Amino acid sequence: MLKRAALILVPWLAIVGLWYAIAYSGFVNEALIPKPHAVATRFWELLTQARLPLDIWMSTQRVFLGVAAGITLAVPVGFVLGWYRQIRTFIDPLINFFRALPPIALIPLVVVYFGIGEFAKVVILFYASFFAGVIVMYEGIAQISPIYVRVAKTLGASDWEIFRKVIIPLTVPHMLTALRVALGVAWATLVASELIAAQQGLGALIQNASSFFQLDIIYVGIICIGFIALAMDLAIRAVTRRLVSWQDRIA
Amino acid sequence: MKRPARICFENVALEFPGKDGPVKVVDNVSYEIGNGEFVSIIGPSGCGKTTMMNMVAGFLQPTSGRVLVDGEPVKGPGPDRGVIFQEYGVFPWLTVRENIAFGLTLSANRKAKATRDEICNRYMKLMGLGDFADAYPKMLSGGMRQRLAIARAYAVKPQFLLMDEPFGALDAQTRAHMQDLLLQALQTEGKTVMLITHSVEEAVYMSSRIVVMTARPTRIREIIEVPFPYPRDPSLHEDPLFGQLRSRVRSLVMREYAAQARQTHETTD
Ligand SMILES: Nc1ncnc2c1ncn2[C@@H]1O[C@H](COP(=O)(O)OP(=O)(O)O)[C@@H](O)[C@H]1O
Ligand SMILES: [Mg+2]
Repeated sequence: MLKRAALILVPWLAIVGLWYAIAYSGFVNEALIPKPHAVATRFWELLTQARLPLDIWMSTQRVFLGVAAGITLAVPVGFVLGWYRQIRTFIDPLINFFRALPPIALIPLVVVYFGIGEFAKVVILFYASFFAGVIVMYEGIAQISPIYVRVAKTLGASDWEIFRKVIIPLTVPHMLTALRVALGVAWATLVASELIAAQQGLGALIQNASSFFQLDIIYVGIICIGFIALAMDLAIRAVTRRLVSWQDRIA
Repeated sequence: MKRPARICFENVALEFPGKDGPVKVVDNVSYEIGNGEFVSIIGPSGCGKTTMMNMVAGFLQPTSGRVLVDGEPVKGPGPDRGVIFQEYGVFPWLTVRENIAFGLTLSANRKAKATRDEICNRYMKLMGLGDFADAYPKMLSGGMRQRLAIARAYAVKPQFLLMDEPFGALDAQTRAHMQDLLLQALQTEGKTVMLITHSVEEAVYMSSRIVVMTARPTRIREIIEVPFPYPRDPSLHEDPLFGQLRSRVRSLVMREYAAQARQTHETTD
C-alpha cells in the first residue's frame, strides 16, 4: 500500500524536480518560469483571498451542463448508429466531419447564434462532448456480439425483454466510457469556451492573467484544470469498477 | 411401429444471396427426428450444417420446402428449442446463478423466486457448477462456460436440444468429460437432440443415429443407425463394433471433405 502510494507519487515529484531544474538552470529567462513554490503560494492566495473557488465552481458547472447534455444525446444516437450498421455507413463521414472541427473555430458562429451568455459557453462544451461521446458509444455498441441476443431469443425473450435485460447491460460499460471521454474532452475545451466573454472560470482566469503577463496565475489555472479533470476521471473509473465488475478488463 | 416425428425436414432447400446471384447451401433435404432420438449431423465444414440447425432454431427460413417442429412450421426461435452455441454465449454481466435463472425471469416462462432458486440449484448441481454460484463467467474455464450454457438451456425445460459443435473449442479431456455429463443429463431428463459435430468419435459415442451430409450444396449422404443402448459409458470406445462403425462413418465423411476441398479449389481457380 505504502509502496503503491510512493510509486504514484514518484512521477509527480520528478516533474516538480524537472521544473525546478529548468527554473534554476539559467537556460531560460527567469521571468518566464515561475518556480513551483511561487505557484503554490499564489494558488493558496487565490484560493483563500480571491476568486479561485468561484472560478472552479463556474467552470465545473459549465463542464457538467455541457457533458450532461452532450452525453444525454450521444448515448441514444451512438446506440442507434452502432446497432444499425446500415445507417452508420452514411452517418459516419458526417460525424467525423463535425468532430474534426476544432470548437474554437466555431466560437464566432456560436456568438452570432447564441450570444455571449452562459448558454453559448455550454453549447461549445456540449458540441465537444457530444461528438467525443457518440463515437465511443457507437464503436462500443458495434462490437457487441449478436450471440447474446440470439441466446435470449432461444430462451423465449420478447423484444422488450431483450432490450431491457440484454442490450442495456451490454451498453452500460460503453456509456461509462463515453462519459469519461466526454468529460476529458470537455475539460480540454473549457478554455476555448471561456474565450466567449467569460468573467469567471478557470479559462477566464488564465486569459486575464495572460493579459497582465501573470505567469504564476496561468500555471495555477492550468494545474487546477488538470487536477479537477483527473479527479473526475478517477471517480468515474471507481464507479465503473463497481458497476461493471463483470467485465474482463477494467479500465 | 413408427414413432411420430418431432423435427421434420420436408424437401428443404436454402439459398443465401451471393455476389453473382443466390448461392444454394442446402439442397432438398428430407429427414425426420423422432421423439427422444439423439441425432448427430456430420459433414465437411462450410457444407451447411449450422444453416440447417438455424432453420430448426428459427433463425433462418427455408427458401423452399418446410421445417416442421411437432407438425408446425417453425416461425422463429422459442424456449421449446434450447440452443447451445459453440461460442457458449453465457451472459458475462450475470453470475452463474443469474445466467441459469435468466430464462425463468422472462414472461414466456416466468417462475416465482423460490422455484427459480430450486431449479438453479438443481442444474448447478447437475452440471457441477455448485461452487461457482455467484461467480461471473470471466472466472470460468471454457468447459465450465459450456456447462453453464447447457444448464441455462435446461432451466426453461426445452423439449429439444440443438447443439452446434458445442465442445469444438474444448481440449480432448474436457470434451470427453462434457460428453458423459451431457449423456447423464439426458438420462435424467430426456430430450430430442440434434447435435452438429465434426468429430466422428463424438457422433458415434453419443448418438442414436448419424446423418452424414455431403459437400455444399449439402444433401443427405447417408443415415447410419448406432445400435448401442443407453446409458453408454466410456468403455464403449474400446468395443470392436464401435471401431467398425467409426471407420465407416469416417470414410464417408472424409470423402465429402475431399469433395468440398475440390469444390473450393475449382471456384478459386
Ligand atoms: N448469412 C449468410 N449469408 C451468406 N452466406 C452464408 C451465410 N451463412 C452461412 N453462409 C454460407 O453458407 C455455407 C454453409 O455455412 P454453415 O451452415 O455455417 O456451414 P457449417 O456449419 O456446415 O460449417 C458457407 O459456405 C457459408 O459461407
Ligand atoms: Mg457451423
